[in-house]
Amino acid sequence: MNRRTVLALAVGAALLLPGCTGTGGTSKGADAKAPDDPAKVSGNITVLTVRTDLVQDGTMKKYAAEFNKIYPKVKVEFQALTNYEAEIKIRMNTEDYGDVLLIPGVIKKSDYPKFFASLGTQAERSKKYRFTDFTTVDGKVYGQTPVGVMPGFVYNKRVWKEAGVTKWPTTPAEFLAGLKAIKSKTDAIPYYTNFAAQWPLTSWTFVNGSVHCDPQATTKIAEGDPWAKGSDLRVGDTLLYDIVKQGLAEKDPTTSNWEESKPRTAKGEIATQWLGTWAIVQFQDAAKKAGVNPDDIGFMPFPAQTDGKYCSTIGPDYNQAVNVHSKHKEAARAWIDWFTDKSGYDKDNLAISPLKDAAMPEVLEPYEEEGVKLIELDDSAGAKVKLIDDESEVGINKPEYRQDLVDLARGAKKGSLDDFLAGLGNKWTETQKTVGD
Amino acid sequence: MTDTTEKATLGATPATKVAAPAPAPRGARVWRLLTPWLFLLAPLALLITFTYAPIANMVAYSFTDWDGVSPELHYTGGENYEEIFTREDLFQVFFVSGYYLAASAVQIAAALYFATILSFNVRFRNFFKGVLFFPSLINSVAIAFVFLYFFQDGGTFDTVLGLFGYHTDHAWLGTPVSANVSLASVSVWRYMGMNFVLFLGAIQSIPGEVYEAAELDGANRWHQFRHIIAPGIKPVLTLTVILSVSGSLSAFEIPYIMTGGATGTETFVIQTVKLAFQFNKTGLASAAAVVLLLIILAVTWLQRRIVPDDRVDLV
Repeated sequence: MNRRTVLALAVGAALLLPGCTGTGGTSKGADAKAPDDPAKVSGNITVLTVRTDLVQDGTMKKYAAEFNKIYPKVKVEFQALTNYEAEIKIRMNTEDYGDVLLIPGVIKKSDYPKFFASLGTQAERSKKYRFTDFTTVDGKVYGQTPVGVMPGFVYNKRVWKEAGVTKWPTTPAEFLAGLKAIKSKTDAIPYYTNFAAQWPLTSWTFVNGSVHCDPQATTKIAEGDPWAKGSDLRVGDTLLYDIVKQGLAEKDPTTSNWEESKPRTAKGEIATQWLGTWAIVQFQDAAKKAGVNPDDIGFMPFPAQTDGKYCSTIGPDYNQAVNVHSKHKEAARAWIDWFTDKSGYDKDNLAISPLKDAAMPEVLEPYEEEGVKLIELDDSAGAKVKLIDDESEVGINKPEYRQDLVDLARGAKKGSLDDFLAGLGNKWTETQKTVGD
Repeated sequence: MTDTTEKATLGATPATKVAAPAPAPRGARVWRLLTPWLFLLAPLALLITFTYAPIANMVAYSFTDWDGVSPELHYTGGENYEEIFTREDLFQVFFVSGYYLAASAVQIAAALYFATILSFNVRFRNFFKGVLFFPSLINSVAIAFVFLYFFQDGGTFDTVLGLFGYHTDHAWLGTPVSANVSLASVSVWRYMGMNFVLFLGAIQSIPGEVYEAAELDGANRWHQFRHIIAPGIKPVLTLTVILSVSGSLSAFEIPYIMTGGATGTETFVIQTVKLAFQFNKTGLASAAAVVLLLIILAVTWLQRRIVPDDRVDLV
C-alpha cells in the first residue's frame, strides 16, 4: 500500500464518521412562570432583537432602564442581529441563544416546546392578548408579540390628491385607474415594487384574508389551491401583475433601492407601496429628515370590499419567547410581560397593541372613519401551510415567485399569468397530497 | 533485524556525520521521527477542524432529511441524491454557468494579453500593473454594491455612455441575457487582476537570455510570445483554466448580492443556499453541494487527461 492509498482511505474513513449534529432542543419542555415579587427576581438576561437601529441609538437601553425601576435586580443586555433568520438558525443548534429571543420562521411549530419555555395556557392568555394561537402548541402558548401589524398600502396623500383621487379605491380596477391618473397628472412613480430588496414583495402574501374578509383564509390555503379562480392570493397577484404590465411601476425594478424609496415616497416622487403598518413610522421619519410634511404619509387597505366594507387582517410581528435552557426564566418572563404590557413600545412605533382592550393607534383613524373591518386570521393551519410551502419550494412567503411574477409582467420572462399561477397551484396541490395532516 | 541494519548503515558512514558520535541513541531517533509531525500538529489540527470535519458533517447530512435546526433528523439513504438527479429544474441553472465560462475565456485572454505587453519594457508599466491588479484587492461584496449603482437606471454606466453621446434606455439587469452578461462582465473585472499577476509572474520567471537569444535569431514579439512565453507559462495557464472552470460552475457572491438570483441569474450555489436557508432542506442542499464538488473534481480530472501537465524546458 503506498502512501497515497493510505491517505485516501483515512479521508474516506473520516467522511463516513457520523456527523455530529447540534442538539439545541430538549425533549423535556419547561414553563417560564411570571415572578410573584418583582423586587426579588434577579439575574442577567440577554435579549435578542432585530432592531439594530434601536440598539445603536440607545432606545433599547432606555427601555431597560424603565424596566429596572420595577425589577431592580435584573440586568438586561441586548444583542441585535442584522441577518436574524440565518444567524439564529445556527445558534439554535447550541443551547446558547439568549434568554429572550424572537421565534424564527424556521422552527416547526411542533418543535416549539423543545426550544422555548411556555408562557401559560392559551385559555388563560387569550383573555388578555391577541394572536395567541400563532404560538400555541397543545394548548400552551410559547410566544408573545409586542406589536400587531396590518398590511396595507403606504401612499403619499398629496400625490393621490393631485391626481384627483380623494376616496380610497374599492376595487382593483379602480386602484389601477388611480395609479394611471397619477402617471398622467403627476411626475410621481405610481407604484414602487422594491423588487431588488426582495422582502417587500413577500408582503403581497398578506393580502390573504383581506380580499374576502375571511378569518379562515389560512386554512383555505392549506386545503386547496391558493391560486384558484377568485381566491385572495390570485386577486392580489393579478393586481401586482397588472400594475407592472401597464407600466405603472418603476422603470427598472431590478435596481430599485429600499432605503431611497422611503424619502422618495415622503417627497412625493413615489406614490404608493404595498407594505404594512410597521412601515408608517419609518416613512414619517424619512419625511422629517427630508424636511417635508410627515402627515402626507397615508395608509390604505387593499382595494376590495365585502358587504360594502373594507377589510384588513391584523397579525403578530415577531413573537418574543423564553429560551428553554435559560437559567433565569423568571427574569426573562418578566421582561416579555413588561415589554408587551407597559413599555410603550407599541405606541412608540405607532403600532397596534397586542392587548385586547387597547385602543387603535392614531394613524389608523381614517380606518375607523371608513369603518374598516379588522379580522384576525385563524392560524391553526399555519404549520401545515409552512410545511407544504417548504416541501413544494413554491415559497409563498419568499420573494422568488413574486420576482418571477414581476419579470413575467414586464416581459423579461415568457409565459402568461394564468399558466404561471396554474403552475404554482399544481406544485402546491401535488405536495399537499404527499404531506399528511 | 531492521534495527541492526540501520545501526550498521549509520555506523558505516561516520565520516559524514561529524557532530554525532557514532549511532544515535534510541530516544533521539524517536524524536527525529516525531519532530516533523509535531510541527505539523497545529496546521493539521486546524485543517481537520475547519475543513475536513465540516465536510464530513456535510456529507453525513446529505443522507438525512435534516431541516437545519430541529433536534430530530432521519436517515433517508440516497433519496436526496436521487431527487437531485431526477429533477431537471435543479440542473437547468448550469446554463447560467455558461455565461461565466464564456466570461472566463475573455478574462484569461485579456489577462494574458496585458501580462505579455507589460512584461516588455513599456512606459508606466508599474502604474498599469497596479491599475489592473487593483480590483482583486477589493472585497466582492463592495464590488457588487458598486456595480449595483453602476447598472442602475440613470446610474454611472448610463451617465458615461451619455458623455459619449449614447443615450440608451436599457435596463442592464432587466432581462435574463442582459443581466447575466452584465454580471459576468463584473466578474471579469473582478478576477482578471489575479490571473494577470499569475501570468506576469510566470512570464518574468523566464530567463532574460532566452529573449536575447531569440532576438539575435531575428524573432519578433509575436514569435517570442508563440515560442517562448506560451510554452513557458503553460503550467500556470492550465491551472488558471481549471480555477476558472470551477469558478464559473460555483459563481456566487456577485450574482447573489446584485440580483439575488432573480431574472434568470440563479447559479447552482445560489440555488443550494436557497434550498438550505429558505426552504430549510439542509439535507438536500448538502447533497447538492456534494454533487457540485464531484462535478468540479470530474471536470478537473477530464481536463488533466486532455491537457497533461508535462514539464517544459526552455533552456
